Amino acid sequence: MTEPHITVNGRPRALGATPAHTNALDFLRGLGLTGAKEGCAEGECGACAVMVARPDGEGSRWTPVNACLVPAAALDGQEVVTAEGLGSPDDLHPVQAELAERGGSQCGYCTPGFVCSMAAEYYRPGREDFDLHAIGGNLCRCTGYRPIRDAAAALGPAPADDPFAERCMHAAPASVPTRLDDFARPADLHDALALLAEHPDATVVAGSTDWGVEVNLRGRRASYVVAVDRLPELRQLVVGDEIEIGAALTLSEVEAGLGGSVPLLDRVWPLFASRLIRNGATIGGNLGTASPIGDLAPALLALDARLVLASADGYREVALADYFTGYRESVKRPDELIRSVRIPTPLASHTTFRKISKRRLDDISSVAVAAALDVVDGTVARARIGLGGVAATPIRALATEAALEGRPWTLDTVEEAAAVMAGEGTPIDDQRASAAYRSAMLGNALRAWWSEGSQEGESR
Amino acid sequence: MSHLSDRPGDAVVGLALPHESAALHVTGEALYTDDLVIRTPGALHAHPVCSPHPHARVSRVDTEPALAVAGVVRVLTADDVPGINDAGVKHDEPLFPEIVMFVGHAVCWVLGETLEAARLGAAAVEVDYEQLPAVVALTEAIDAESFQGGQPVVTRGDVEQGLAGAAHVFSGITEMAGQEHFYLETHASLALVDEGGQVFVQSSTQHPTETQEIVAHVLGRQSHEITVQCLRMGGGFGGKEMQPHGFAAVAALGATLTGRPVRLRLNRTHDMTMTGKRHGFHAQWRVGFDDDGRFTALEATLTSDGGWSLDLSEPVLARALCHVDNAYWIPHVRVHGRVAHTHKTSQTAFRGFGGPQGMLVIEDVLGRCAPLLGIDPVELRRRNFYVDGQATPYGQPVRHPERVVAAWDQVLETGEVARRRREVAEFNAGHEHVKRALAVTPLKFGISFNFTAFNQAGALVHVYKDGSVLINHGGTEMGQGLHTKMLQVAATSLGIPLQRVRLAPTRTDKVPNTSATAASSSADLNGGAVKDACEQITTRLREVDAGRGLAWDDLVREAYFGRVQLWAAGFYRTEGIHWDSTAMQGHPFKYFAYGVAAAEVEVDGFTGAHTTRRVDIVQDAGDSLSPLVDIGQVEGGFAQGVGWLTLEDLRWDESDGPGRGRLTTQSASTYKLPSLGELPDELHVALLEQAHEDGVVYGSKAVGEPPLMLAFAVREALREAAAAFGPEGTSVDLPSPATPEAVFWAVEQARTSGPDHVVDGLPGIVPDPPDPDAPALHPTSERSAT
Repeated sequence: MTEPHITVNGRPRALGATPAHTNALDFLRGLGLTGAKEGCAEGECGACAVMVARPDGEGSRWTPVNACLVPAAALDGQEVVTAEGLGSPDDLHPVQAELAERGGSQCGYCTPGFVCSMAAEYYRPGREDFDLHAIGGNLCRCTGYRPIRDAAAALGPAPADDPFAERCMHAAPASVPTRLDDFARPADLHDALALLAEHPDATVVAGSTDWGVEVNLRGRRASYVVAVDRLPELRQLVVGDEIEIGAALTLSEVEAGLGGSVPLLDRVWPLFASRLIRNGATIGGNLGTASPIGDLAPALLALDARLVLASADGYREVALADYFTGYRESVKRPDELIRSVRIPTPLASHTTFRKISKRRLDDISSVAVAAALDVVDGTVARARIGLGGVAATPIRALATEAALEGRPWTLDTVEEAAAVMAGEGTPIDDQRASAAYRSAMLGNALRAWWSEGSQEGESR
Repeated sequence: MSHLSDRPGDAVVGLALPHESAALHVTGEALYTDDLVIRTPGALHAHPVCSPHPHARVSRVDTEPALAVAGVVRVLTADDVPGINDAGVKHDEPLFPEIVMFVGHAVCWVLGETLEAARLGAAAVEVDYEQLPAVVALTEAIDAESFQGGQPVVTRGDVEQGLAGAAHVFSGITEMAGQEHFYLETHASLALVDEGGQVFVQSSTQHPTETQEIVAHVLGRQSHEITVQCLRMGGGFGGKEMQPHGFAAVAALGATLTGRPVRLRLNRTHDMTMTGKRHGFHAQWRVGFDDDGRFTALEATLTSDGGWSLDLSEPVLARALCHVDNAYWIPHVRVHGRVAHTHKTSQTAFRGFGGPQGMLVIEDVLGRCAPLLGIDPVELRRRNFYVDGQATPYGQPVRHPERVVAAWDQVLETGEVARRRREVAEFNAGHEHVKRALAVTPLKFGISFNFTAFNQAGALVHVYKDGSVLINHGGTEMGQGLHTKMLQVAATSLGIPLQRVRLAPTRTDKVPNTSATAASSSADLNGGAVKDACEQITTRLREVDAGRGLAWDDLVREAYFGRVQLWAAGFYRTEGIHWDSTAMQGHPFKYFAYGVAAAEVEVDGFTGAHTTRRVDIVQDAGDSLSPLVDIGQVEGGFAQGVGWLTLEDLRWDESDGPGRGRLTTQSASTYKLPSLGELPDELHVALLEQAHEDGVVYGSKAVGEPPLMLAFAVREALREAAAAFGPEGTSVDLPSPATPEAVFWAVEQARTSGPDHVVDGLPGIVPDPPDPDAPALHPTSERSAT
């Protein structure tokens, strides 16, 4: 086995004695590659964005991630490209040239991160138009974004002989089993479960988009870190009689893998954090942290999802509605891993997802509402509504569901159910929103849904 | 046309050039202060021990447990300070305090071999506190009469008479929140002891000279022993005008005591909890209008939330008072100001420097009163514009008021405002749950430091024998494009291609006694100084050339061999300005910058969520020195203003619980900046044509701060959209920031015709009168009297 290392801008760099709490950003900056910056240390600003070569079918795909969140050790054996690796002042990459010429940089501090997010989108297979969501997780305090938007719009196709495009034709680096003093990447699920048995206090990480914040801003340190994001058993996606989604798939991978087959989730993706986070965050991690907000949980509650939990004893299945037990607590035991999420089919006929937040995109919900109704002959045959941000855990809006089921799907029913829904949960006042606003938003979610549907001629 | 503003035909100024460091920015090669650490072997890392209490006496500090932590090298405390234990110029900011004044106040600093060691060491320091009562909310401070500093008054005419004679008198209260700078680069310093014991500090500072002075007085040294350098900053916005000094001093103190380089970089949590922000303001006002909606009088009391120390609160307040009029003629005025003392971070300079807060008051008045007067807000604003021959309440004639009209007319025409407002009305008639509005607002902003002495600058221009040129000036680069403009000024003045000129980093040992890079005036001031230096050189070269028309390189070589000096120090001071800060009268500004914005928004009545559909802007930048840079300043300033007014939500724990005084939005996940999603769908920005400004370098105008206030158009449009949910003539009291929740409640208020917060008639809400015993601002209030 070769020494643990990361290939950075084409050059192998030994990880050496890098502890698990050292993130990839600090590792890169320690190499003298100071282009990537720490702006917020919690994956909110994108100033630290770098590109990682990830598998994509037979080839690979440049995937931007927040280097401040990923432990450097988690990139053992992987390939990373930074703004310095994309081009030099005398030989600018097309993305760099467009940004520079159009006034896309003022102070320049956020710029290398923008460059990496934009370059990854530049190399996206099949790209025709530039998807601006690709840079939704990068903050700029100087420009107001217009020149950056213009630079993105001006990008043509990558030339065929472009070395980074060329690289995408070949397989991404395989996952490397890693064993460091305080960090391990097991080769498979069996190994992972054995490690967890051996290290009962271990911290399990996948994309580290939550754990990385704890490490950076709250000084938390793990005695031992086990990375599960490459376990093959946790990376399957099957769309059949039911939909089974491997827990270690990133949200970007789930989004691509489902290909629009779950319309409710397609409403979630653009509102779930940013592309940079969705490239790291996994569906299992989002449920594993058991956040009371976690936008996926309300959606999966509405979809009647079940979780498959794996341990040395085998598997067990838990309804998501029974999974959360308290603030950041669940029925999952320390020796268990979430293997997959199962969504029953057929899917409900009418679904929606509504997120109330201060900022329209890339913000944490004040309130999240997901609803799935089966409307048969104009009557609500079955209702499932998941709520986030109004209790210590994501909850089902059971009273509202009861107020809907068996009733005609009409404005009167909506108004009555909305009044019930406004009383769901136990919302609190905090810096995101007042309790009164949260309650008002619960009720209005159904009204807005109806209004949208009735005005557009159909309810989605 | 003055010589200074005269622009040659083939000028390099006026070309739309990218930022001079753009290629370095995009490749990650541009170096910022903290990037130098990896290039500085043996550097120690500093970490603060922060107070968890908003107000407490430090009764015991035990550093021994920290020294037991592996890798901890030293703990810096008050006992280590050889000079003055103070981080400010007014000596009200102890660097190592005996009484902590806000949550986050650093009691001491731990130096470690690694940041991790320093952090663990800081956690190990034992501090005992005796808690003291804390004033947190601005309204608490007003009720408790907890004020600090001077209490200036701007007056003209007789307000009582103006109100008595008014056809309509309205009164109300306007409150606005502060704003976190959130420069992407947090505060950073790297200090080392040079040859001969001199101290070299690299700092993310907008004011290297003042950083130098503070470091000197903390170390008990003279200024010439300290050199401060700033390569560039990752944004400043005023947040690095006074706030960096203490951090630089800690790093310098550590370096002198340990003999090793010391790096101090705040993480985002520290930066947000330890450093000052834009001042929130509270304003009580009474206003009179005649039958036509023209102002007759304005009486107001503005109270800013200064936080725990004075910092720049007095000049910020002075600028607020000098901008309450915005672009409007108000015959009778009395505006009184005071600075609240609260147990929060020391609020400080932020793009606009009080101007936005003052102007927001009058825009809020107009926005709320227009429906009560029954006058279209576009017409109401237009009707009150200054005309030639009128002066501001502080006595400065308003030059070129016709430029506001020109910009206004241009925005109305190119923005097709009349047609689009008809479309908005049609849309609103057809939609119950979503409403649109289109508002237009003007801005007038005074350019120059109020404090006359700061309106000077120096530069150093070297011409080398090979014809290449190196320039130095006193301004710092924080993204605003100052260096780009200075290169253009030098190339223009010397008559050579831009590529022959290089700019060296800002250092106090090259240009001394500089003013802060602030007040939008750095291009005016440093441009004047660079031009002066260049002209000294070209004057000498002209003699050498003697009409032969030699090529630049030949001329330079010949001059060298002729023993002609090829370098020069330039100097500039702004002429024709004066200011009596005690009387609050004078001619403090060289000129006014003008602008107009029209914004169309859409509000969702179910949630209060809003989007900006289209914005049209015309900004007066004079004859622009660098149009791409200036457009960038306009757009960026506008976006930052929109953030302040509609999204960014500073929340302090004002409860009596254990978290009292804590900033609850102290991270990027809880304090949201505008992201790409807030960019208007359509944004049209133009610089005003035929805008030559006489008496300013190459006819240009300052553009750093004014565009922030273009964002009022968005706020006013949100108010009008919320009002559209209610009956005709609804006056909406829109909180600032107008977050979705705030807009939602405003919509509810409009729908239910809820309480109208504007009081009609006299006496109404009578603003607190000036305190007759309060001190006036001192002439040197912007800085210490020493």
